[in-house]
Amino acid sequence: MELISFGDNGWGDELFVASLMTIAVAITAMLIGFLFALVFTPLKLSKNKFLNLIANSYTTVVRGVPELLVIYLFFFGGSSAIMYVAQIFGYYDYIEINAFITGATSIGIISGAYSTEVFRGAIQSIDKGQFEACHVLGLKKYIYFFKVIMPQMLRLAIPNLSNVWQITLKDTSLISVTGLVEIMRQSYIAAGSTRDPLFFYSFAALLYLMLTYLSMKLINRLEKNYSRGY
Amino acid sequence: MDLELIITSFPKLLGATVITLKLLSASLFFGLILGLFFAILRLNKNKLVSGFAYGYSYVFRGTPLLVQIFIIYFGLGQIEYLRTTFLWVILKEPYWCAIIAFSLNTGAYTSEILRSAFETIKPGIIEAGRSLGLNKVFIFSKIQIPIAIKQSLPAYGNEIILMLKGTSLASTVTLMDITGVAKFIISTTFRPVEVFIIAGSIYLFITFLVHNLIKYLEKKYRYQ
Repeated sequence: MELISFGDNGWGDELFVASLMTIAVAITAMLIGFLFALVFTPLKLSKNKFLNLIANSYTTVVRGVPELLVIYLFFFGGSSAIMYVAQIFGYYDYIEINAFITGATSIGIISGAYSTEVFRGAIQSIDKGQFEACHVLGLKKYIYFFKVIMPQMLRLAIPNLSNVWQITLKDTSLISVTGLVEIMRQSYIAAGSTRDPLFFYSFAALLYLMLTYLSMKLINRLEKNYSRGY
Repeated sequence: MDLELIITSFPKLLGATVITLKLLSASLFFGLILGLFFAILRLNKNKLVSGFAYGYSYVFRGTPLLVQIFIIYFGLGQIEYLRTTFLWVILKEPYWCAIIAFSLNTGAYTSEILRSAFETIKPGIIEAGRSLGLNKVFIFSKIQIPIAIKQSLPAYGNEIILMLKGTSLASTVTLMDITGVAKFIISTTFRPVEVFIIAGSIYLFITFLVHNLIKYLEKKYRYQ
């Protein structure tokens, strides 16, 4: 018990901060994923074959390649890619992006591929009559999307998005290879300095279980809210 | 783009594919057995038995695979008693630790897939078997299992692909699978894009094969 006490002797406070870091990375990654989904879902649904191809190769490649490999790509290639772009604009200094941004972006791109599939499925399973009714009523594009399609889409998407959230939350553990101090990295440090890996990794597993359990509770509530009337 | 690097590292990564495939097939094999076992426990009417199976799948699906590997590889070696038993022969090898972790992980997901497949079997089919005087084991092995396999093929195909991606974590416990070799080449040459393209295409190619195999099986086992 002393090992997880707060203060100088225990690792409790460090692990608490690390858990907050895990949550922060997961939420940022999820939001970045939504941004990607916002761009790629319309491409997937568009009638243009070329745009379809772009969106399909994004989701296929990202969902077919291990997360760890994507993280390595961004970890090793991220700053040189940015420096390359900066050089075009005449900036020649060394640029280092921090581990948080690298990690959240790489996990976000992965989560975005899953979210894209979820949104595509949700929009496709909305009754066609709804789209036609909007046309007939002559609704403005903005109202049409935000007041008619979006609420129905969210109801259908939330159960699957909760799966995406779980995947994203668990994927954050992989960022520990880049040195960002989240739950996994902190447990690694603690296990190394106390020579008690069994305890710390089990404790990390417990923390992840707690996070998934709590987020499921929250999402269930959200789901109820969005499926009113069904 | 460095073509020479692509040409020189391709055979290295192809060699590492063998380890990835070994890890994948071994863990799928053990995972399927575990999954079937726990799916049967889940359907048991005894609350304690089904609760135990539920707990197993909840814990392994709720925690990252990386934690599971680390607990088994770094954690279990700490127990003095284990070091004296024959289990230590297995547990000191990162290869077997990875397979144990992957099997337990995929077993949890497989048990959920099989459970839902068993639950979708219409009770009428089982009742028909019973009224024909077939015994429980026969009904289970000749009626329930074939239907469950058919039902769970698409979901199990996804699980195989998830497990293929999961095997990349073996590189964190010093195994040189595709990702392990890719990381080694990247960190010595600092050419992440080229290596990513080759390693990624190998993974995508395996995914493609699995996808088509499942499609073929689905067609084969369709209701006539």
